[in-house]
This record gives sequence, C-alpha cells and structure tokens, in this order.
Amino acid sequence: MQGLDIGYMVGLMPVILSYVPLTLAMASVAMVCALVLSALLAVERVVRVPILDWLVIVFISFFRGTPLLVQLFLFYYGLPQVLSVLTRIDGVTAAILGLMLHFAAYMAESIRAAIISVDRSQWEAGQSIGMTQWQLMQRIILPQAARVAAPTLVNYFIDMLKATSLAFTLGVTEMMGAAQKEAAGSFLYFEAFLVVAVIYWGMVEALNQGQKVLESYLDKAYAR
Amino acid sequence: MTSTTGISIRGLTKTFGGKPVLDGIDLDIAAGERVVIIGPSGTGKSTLLRCLNYLDRPDAGLISIGDLSVDAAHARNSDILGLRRRTGFVFQNYALFANKTAIENIMEALITVQRLPKSEAVARAKAVLAETGLADKADSYPAALSGGQQQRVGIGRAMALGAELMLFDEPTSALDPELVGEVLDLMRRVAEQRQTILIVTHEMQFAREIADRILFMHGGKIVEQGTPAQIFEAPQDVRLRRFLARIDG
Repeated sequence: MQGLDIGYMVGLMPVILSYVPLTLAMASVAMVCALVLSALLAVERVVRVPILDWLVIVFISFFRGTPLLVQLFLFYYGLPQVLSVLTRIDGVTAAILGLMLHFAAYMAESIRAAIISVDRSQWEAGQSIGMTQWQLMQRIILPQAARVAAPTLVNYFIDMLKATSLAFTLGVTEMMGAAQKEAAGSFLYFEAFLVVAVIYWGMVEALNQGQKVLESYLDKAYAR
Repeated sequence: MTSTTGISIRGLTKTFGGKPVLDGIDLDIAAGERVVIIGPSGTGKSTLLRCLNYLDRPDAGLISIGDLSVDAAHARNSDILGLRRRTGFVFQNYALFANKTAIENIMEALITVQRLPKSEAVARAKAVLAETGLADKADSYPAALSGGQQQRVGIGRAMALGAELMLFDEPTSALDPELVGEVLDLMRRVAEQRQTILIVTHEMQFAREIADRILFMHGGKIVEQGTPAQIFEAPQDVRLRRFLARIDG
C-alpha cells in the first residue's frame, strides 16, 4: 500500500477551490429564497388562512417526507417530461430550486416554533396600541422569533451547503464533479475526494464562526 | 348620550368557559375623571379593562368613547382598531417590546398607527420620555431596565398615543416594593393632566389620594361606588366592608 500523494493534493487544491464560488452561489441563492419562502409558510401556519393552510401542510409534508435526491431528479429529469413547455431546465437552476423548496419546508417548521415561543404579552402590547396583525408580525414578532430560530437556521444553511454536492448528480460540474474528472485521469480517487472533504470542512467551520457573530448581534437587545 | 369625550359602557358581558366574568357592566366616565377599581381577585376588574381595549372580546354590550360607538355583538375590525386607538393600556407585566429600545417602544405607535413622520415621532417620544424621567435611558433595551423603569416606559408608550382613556391594569403589582413609588409618582403626574383614567390597583392609599370615584367590583358586577371618603369611611355593602377589613390586616 502506498502513502497519500500529498503533492498531488496540493496541486489539486486550487483547481477544486475554483469551484467554491459556484457552491457558495448555489447555497446562498437557495438559502435567501428559502428564508423568504419559509417565513411566509411559517406565518401562514400561525395565522391559518383557510384552504391555503391545507396546501401549506401538504407542501411541508411532501418536501420533508421525500429524499432531496428524489426531489432533485423529479425537477431535473421528471418535470420537463410532464410539462413539455418546460424545456429541460439546467442543472444549477434545478439544484437551487430543489434545495430551496426542500429546506424551506424544514425551516418553516423551526420558524413557526420560534414565532409561537414569543411571549403572548408581545402580541397584546402591539394590539393595545392599535397595530395591525401584519405590522405586529413584521416589526415585533418575527424579529424576536429570528433570534430564537437563528442557530437552527444556520444549521440548515450548513446542511444546504453540503447538499449542493448533489448537483453533481444533475450533471453540474461543481466541486465533486471537478474532483471526479480529475481523479478519472490520475486514478487518485482517495486524494481527490479528500481535497473536496477538506474544503467543505473548512467552509463549515468558517460558518460556525459566523454563527457566533450572528448570535451575539441578535442578542444585543437582550443583554442585562 | 354622553359628552363628546366621555366614556359610556352599557351591559358589558363576558364569560370564560361558561362562567360569567363580567355580568352586565354599566358605567359612565366623564372626561377628565379619574376612576379607580378595587375588589378581590377574580372579580372581573382586569377583564373589564381588557374588554375596553379589546384584548378580550366582550360577548355583548356597548362601548362608546367620544364619537366612536362599538356594539360587541357586531364589532368590525375597524371598530376594534378604533377603540384601541382611543385607549392606552398599561400592563401589569409592562409588556415592553423586547426588541425595541425605550424610545422605540414609545415611537412604535406614532410611526405604525398614527403614521407621523419619523422626525416628529422622535421629538414626541423624547418629550414623553422626559416626562417619565427616563431621558437618559432612551437607547436602553427593556432587558437592561429595572421593573420600575420598564413600567414607566410602559406608561410613556400609552401616554404617547394621546388616547382619550388610559387604562392601568394593576401597574405596580409585579414590582418589588421599593420600585412602586416611582411608578405611582408618574401616574400622579398623568392624573394631574386631567387625563381620563381607569385604574385597577391594590394600592389603597394611592386610590384614596388620586381617585375622583372608586368602584368596588365583586362577582363581575360593580356593587358599590362613590368618592374615596364614601368608600373608605362609610362603606355600605357587606362585601366591601369585609374586603376593606381584610386588606387593612
């Protein structure tokens, strides 16, 4: 058994790193969209609009109840067959769409729990001065819920960042795809995928540090 | 019915789980009048206040404040908002917005409800904050304020509305004894401005000193009312006499 080819890994590092922007872009776009969508879903679950509530429950149930990989395949390979007007969407778009919907379903549940955790007195105070439900939600309840939900949401973002590697299965050349191609030439599969693992690990650690900054920012109002 | 800024309540009724908490309350309050409600716990005092602000929805009855008349049987959302905009509410547990500073708490209604321009809202909130004696705490969050300071901001938030009626729901009950004085002092200043106020309190000395009229509630009804002298020196109803004997210890 031969040792790790460290030199190969060092040389491969910049090649794989050059795909980091694509990974970050897919995760960021999907996360921003998922945040907006999940907040709307969560608010709906709290307010409970008739009929819409039923649709939201089914949506959340489906996207939490089926594997992300299956959902990605449905979007990428399945939908264009059913809806012929949708000429095949490209892999990056399908990945972003799938990640967004999948994670929005999970995030909606944590945001809903966070909204419910806000003390009833906060609602009453807003009502007593004549604020509308929507003003209250936007200015008082959601900001306080954000602080409660933040650690969980950062965790979902970390999950999402790692899940972008599934875009590989839709033919997107991201970090995994690039490593696969490189390894196919060199036959150094272990080294190539180890480089990918190390880069993901580094990004996740950086996010964990960012989480601490975010939490201390959100705790600003609650310091005694 | 009443003077343009007076308050009139007719047949106000509220039941919780089949149990009547307000049993057909009739009450008129003149503009500028200071009314204090006393009585044992669980007799509907707080519920009466909460119904006037529609934090609790009355089952039946008529509430008129100034030019607005709301029939509980078919109150529309605009009626409820109208009632809330004409009444300021001070909570027992302060209920300051935890994500807003002291001055932002006071400004919130000015910006979202009265839609004042920001600069005007800031100026008014600063003036109110100065009245509460907390000008130096403008940028403090509630978590960094003492209970007494939080309640003074709470009173300031209700004052800033310029409401026709201010409701105080046991405003000192959650406070440590040494912090009660500063809150009562501020309430005295509010009362001196001839603001129409309705207070639920267990501070009998304060009630005696500040009230034009005292209501004694029992079992969801106003069973006796009168001037502080009448209530404290010559109580008629046996339940009132028993209540006063108990709190005198």
